[in-house]
Amino acid sequence: MSEIAIHAAGLAKSYQIARALRKQPYRTLQEEVVALPGNLWKRARGRSNAMETFWALENVSFDVTEGEVVGIIGRNGAGKSTLLKILSRITQPTHGRAEIFGRVGALLEVGTGFHPELTGRENIFLSGAILGMRKAEIARQFDAIVDFAEVEQFIDTPIKRYSSGMYTRLAFAVAAHLEPEILLVDEVLAVGDASFQKKCLGKMEDVAGEGRTVFFVSHNTQAVRQLCSRGILLEHGRIVADGPTDSTLGIYNQRLREMRVDAETGVNNPENRRGSGAVRFTAVSVEDVSGAERYSFDMGDTVRFRLSIAINTTMRGLAVVVALRSGMSRELVTSARHVITSDTVLPGTASTVVIELPDIYIRPGEYPLYLHASEATQSPTNYDVLDDLTPPLVVAAGSRRLHDNFDAAQPYGLFSLPSRMMLAETSEGISRVPDLVDALPASE
Amino acid sequence: MTAPATAASPGRQPVSIRRPTVVVEPVHGWSALNLRELWTYRDLLFILAGRDVKLRYKQTGLGVAWVILQPLVAALIFTVMFGRFARLPSDGHPYVIFVFSGIVAWSYFASVLQRAGNSLITDSRLISKVYFPRLAMPLASTFSAMIDLFVALGVLGVMMVVYRVVPTWRLVALPFFITLTALTATGVSLWLSALNVRYRDFAHAMPFILQVWMFASPVAYATTIVPEKWRLIYGMNPAVAFIEGIRWSVLGSSSITPAIVALTTAVSLLVFVGGAFFFRRVERGFADAV
Repeated sequence: MSEIAIHAAGLAKSYQIARALRKQPYRTLQEEVVALPGNLWKRARGRSNAMETFWALENVSFDVTEGEVVGIIGRNGAGKSTLLKILSRITQPTHGRAEIFGRVGALLEVGTGFHPELTGRENIFLSGAILGMRKAEIARQFDAIVDFAEVEQFIDTPIKRYSSGMYTRLAFAVAAHLEPEILLVDEVLAVGDASFQKKCLGKMEDVAGEGRTVFFVSHNTQAVRQLCSRGILLEHGRIVADGPTDSTLGIYNQRLREMRVDAETGVNNPENRRGSGAVRFTAVSVEDVSGAERYSFDMGDTVRFRLSIAINTTMRGLAVVVALRSGMSRELVTSARHVITSDTVLPGTASTVVIELPDIYIRPGEYPLYLHASEATQSPTNYDVLDDLTPPLVVAAGSRRLHDNFDAAQPYGLFSLPSRMMLAETSEGISRVPDLVDALPASE
Repeated sequence: MTAPATAASPGRQPVSIRRPTVVVEPVHGWSALNLRELWTYRDLLFILAGRDVKLRYKQTGLGVAWVILQPLVAALIFTVMFGRFARLPSDGHPYVIFVFSGIVAWSYFASVLQRAGNSLITDSRLISKVYFPRLAMPLASTFSAMIDLFVALGVLGVMMVVYRVVPTWRLVALPFFITLTALTATGVSLWLSALNVRYRDFAHAMPFILQVWMFASPVAYATTIVPEKWRLIYGMNPAVAFIEGIRWSVLGSSSITPAIVALTTAVSLLVFVGGAFFFRRVERGFADAV
């Protein structure tokens, strides 16, 4: 069982990118014409002048043994997808070598090869063949695929008539029925609705449970935590951590914390930031009731968000929204909007606000933060959005008993609201009235 | 490197050193065609070809009728323009059937070039998201266009009945000339499709290339129009042999010579093999370039 499945040694990948593109996104035709003779000269002398080398991946080495489920984590541009593309032979490395023992199935996108004009049936065969299945193999799995996708009635309808949910289900279903010894998966869970994502995750767990090797790339740290026994953290194309998932995720969150928004990035770094910039968060921290900064809490703890805001133009009031997303489905779990002031706010104003979420009842997991600053009007236009730019809030079960029927190990749902059993009956006619029956209203 | 299989071998059992299924490493220069891998992906090849056929006439009013109409209308125009007005020689056959046999061969050739030439661009998402032998994409066009060729040959058969042209024993050579056409078309399209990934200019130049090439080939006229001393040079154009060859085997006579067939077969093989190796050489950069 402990045979090597993937052996990677010194993998590196470089791209040539145009230097000009980095400084300025575009040039006018006039500038092009003026620069033309110089560029031609440069080009004639070799392209090195106009191009620069960008290393997407540098010296990446690891061994994966059969049956291991490895999560690759890292921020955008860390090289995760490049690594998958190299291992799946889509692109070749600039340096280094990887040896792969076993049949590889790569799932870099949901619906690869799907054609909108073709029917569900035709697309199953097309997509299956593209993913490397033999025709007979697809035919054998056909019913299972249709079943998993829940599209029986529409199987002979062109998929351009499908809802996006049906499309995604069918696409994933084909991929899920690949039977490779080594499965490479990239971010596929980022699509589809929450219930479907759960289904996909369940399927992935099955695959992992069957002893196949899985290489799972995701932003979804909670999914990684749930699926993977080992985590590899990539940063700027290099491996910075490789070990048990918990410790790698711990390092990842630590690093996110270090790069949290401060005056520097908040004002000057518009990357990954939405909003007009009329108002900017300048610092964000999460604290407990004692004022100590932390990102992991137990269920039932009280969480405080300390937000500093700088105003750059005249605004009609100032309001903030603090929201938590689900680490799994990215849906908003809860949100709170608070108006700091309804009066006109002048440029140069700085504001600090602390928002408290008392006794959090949400289930253990990771909750990315969504922060929003705007005018106090009903349809605000001037705003700043920090979506998933700070470390997520990590909620652990803790030891608190939040209500009578509390069971932190129950992994279902987002919240743990109190519940009581009011009646218990079985078909034998033996009914047992629970202790709490007197709490029932005497209406019947 | 860690030795893979040492832990599982207590005692004196022979340690099996497993060979990797796949080795990923930078490759430079020429590489083998790896036809074995292409063979394992043969289902994909035919499913891709089938997709092309299905998609071609989806959402058209006339549907599959276009397969028949396209060469027929072209033959009609040619007959009026070149047969009636310009009175181009047709080797003694009725001009319409003469030109139709040329169009059947040429339009197969041209549509393989068109489809295959753009195949890597239109399916660029596939190239950047999945691995499979890239050769499957242009090769699928070779097969998908063949459906149109067979339908057009059927129409030619009907025309022969109408014009009372009786096929001769030469008909047995038809599969050979169809294979030669496919070989030539595939060879050229391997070059075109690979070059088109890096230089999209080829997509723009394609209509002109095809037009000039067609008039340089004996589609609308018989080779006899070319002066004797230029015939061999004219024969360097591989389209000469397969057009005249198909005409010869179907209609029973044409101005083709064994020398030209031999020359073309050699040229086509060279283009095909060269194209396949060239394609393999540049395909490594496809995912980064499309």
